[in-house]
Amino acid sequence: MRATQSRTSQVLILFGLGLFALYSVAPVWWLVVSATKSQTDMLYGNGLWFADFNLGRNLEQVFTYGDGIFLRWVLNSFLYAGVGAAVCTLISLAAGYSLSRFSFRGRGAGLALVIGSFLIPGAMLTMPLYLLFAKLGLVDTVWAVLLPAFISPFSVYLSKVYVDGAVPPELLEAARVDGAGELRIFFQIVTRLMTTGAATVFLLAFVSNWNGFYLPLTMLRGEDKWTLSLGLYAWNLQRTEAETDLTALVLTGSLLAIVPLAVFMIAMRRYWQSGVTLGSLK
Amino acid sequence: MSTRRKGAAFSAPFFIGFACLFVLPLLYAAYQSLFTMRTSGLGIGPRQEVFTGFGNFARGLSDTTFWAAVGRVSLFAAVQIPIMLALSLTMALLLDAVTRPVAHRYRLAFLVPYMIPGIVAALMWMYIYSPRLGPLIDVTGIDFFASELIWVSMGNLLTWVGAGFNMLIVYGALQSVPREIFEAARMDGASELRVALSIKIPYVRGALVLTGMLSIIHMLQIFNEPLLFRNVVPEVVTKDFTPIMLIYYEAFDGNDYNYAAALSIILAVVVGVISMIFYRVTNRAQRP
Repeated sequence: MRATQSRTSQVLILFGLGLFALYSVAPVWWLVVSATKSQTDMLYGNGLWFADFNLGRNLEQVFTYGDGIFLRWVLNSFLYAGVGAAVCTLISLAAGYSLSRFSFRGRGAGLALVIGSFLIPGAMLTMPLYLLFAKLGLVDTVWAVLLPAFISPFSVYLSKVYVDGAVPPELLEAARVDGAGELRIFFQIVTRLMTTGAATVFLLAFVSNWNGFYLPLTMLRGEDKWTLSLGLYAWNLQRTEAETDLTALVLTGSLLAIVPLAVFMIAMRRYWQSGVTLGSLK
Repeated sequence: MSTRRKGAAFSAPFFIGFACLFVLPLLYAAYQSLFTMRTSGLGIGPRQEVFTGFGNFARGLSDTTFWAAVGRVSLFAAVQIPIMLALSLTMALLLDAVTRPVAHRYRLAFLVPYMIPGIVAALMWMYIYSPRLGPLIDVTGIDFFASELIWVSMGNLLTWVGAGFNMLIVYGALQSVPREIFEAARMDGASELRVALSIKIPYVRGALVLTGMLSIIHMLQIFNEPLLFRNVVPEVVTKDFTPIMLIYYEAFDGNDYNYAAALSIILAVVVGVISMIFYRVTNRAQRP
């Protein structure tokens, strides 16, 4: 079938692909290059190519500025994203399994609730959550960011779709006949069959937590509890307001904020690429 | 306990959490929005919470700055989303026209923006636009923060962030179409472009509707990007630039939490209605 395509259209297609790839990658390239430069070279040099290699000094600055608060933000981001996603995955797998493989009263309504709440955007829920958490004294605690991360209707739906495909009902019946308890069936059979699904759910939840900004901005006051995004935002504010110029810090910090996520996502791209398409098409 | 009961129990943690973190906050916000803060006497007494009924809702419904923000964002959505989805569709069609290994390499490149945290992407583009150290100013001489260009600059940022993700959904839909259909059309002498326009696009219409709907919902709650732009040009990007910004500043700048709660609920209803209309209209258009 490729042979039928004319040479010109082949060239045009590759040209188009190259153009889009350039658009997608060039800004990140600029960031990588900038993070290796000294402040002066950033201002006066060619933005798209290297000058004196200054990455080491920039990194040292990032990690020492403000008593090394940056490392704290990195660890916080891992805590919120990692713990939030792990608990969310377990809760969602259990709910997805229940909605997929059991029939009970309210199951249909529950499923409708899950799908319907995709339409509730997170940002619209943040202010009401803030009011409630303020009442309960949870504002400016770790829980204010962690608890909302535990509950994700999208993860439940994704889990249900995976259980539909990966967990044969006959197998569950057989295990029941053999006298296995429901909890044992879930933890020893279902979770094993669902490794791919669980990895996908975890990954997507991790990414969305890692990228969160509006919720932590609303909930967290003390900078020792901040995430990377929040910290970089604050540094950027300082840059525009104070006389000390933090440009090098913000750019190098931004690059560092990308690295863990990029490594993680490239390593596990098989999972999330399928997850995005699966969750949206079924 | 019956198997059914035990099965239902597996979904209990989620639904209890859902009740506490979705339903309860909304109910509490609805309750809060029935009150307002009044300063007693000549403005020197303590502020007191007094019942106002639907006062905050009445105020919100007639608040021209709020509706101006909704209108501003809707108009922006009407321009930016079609452009972004057209680019995503083009990417997906181009990927579909090359061999699999080549497609996968390019697909990863297109997804690079998806791997960048939202705030970092916005910060990065702010610097790229920056007349002080951005690489664009030397080439173009354009001031990307000028008031008449602010939407173009923001639109480009959002397109850059979102095009790859939407491409993934559309490409996924395209891959699930049986190849024989295209083969048959080619046998009949249809050109590659013709196959793309008349066969492939109709097949991915469902995916486009879905990405359109997700983009609209996302756009109505846009906050991060305008907030960062505001740091640079506060006179162009005002506090009431987008609905969520208005709510944020009403709460944390104006200390009017009750009004912010009422506006959140109004906005949630607006988003629900707009998604429903969009769904209805596109669904009707889909039927032959």
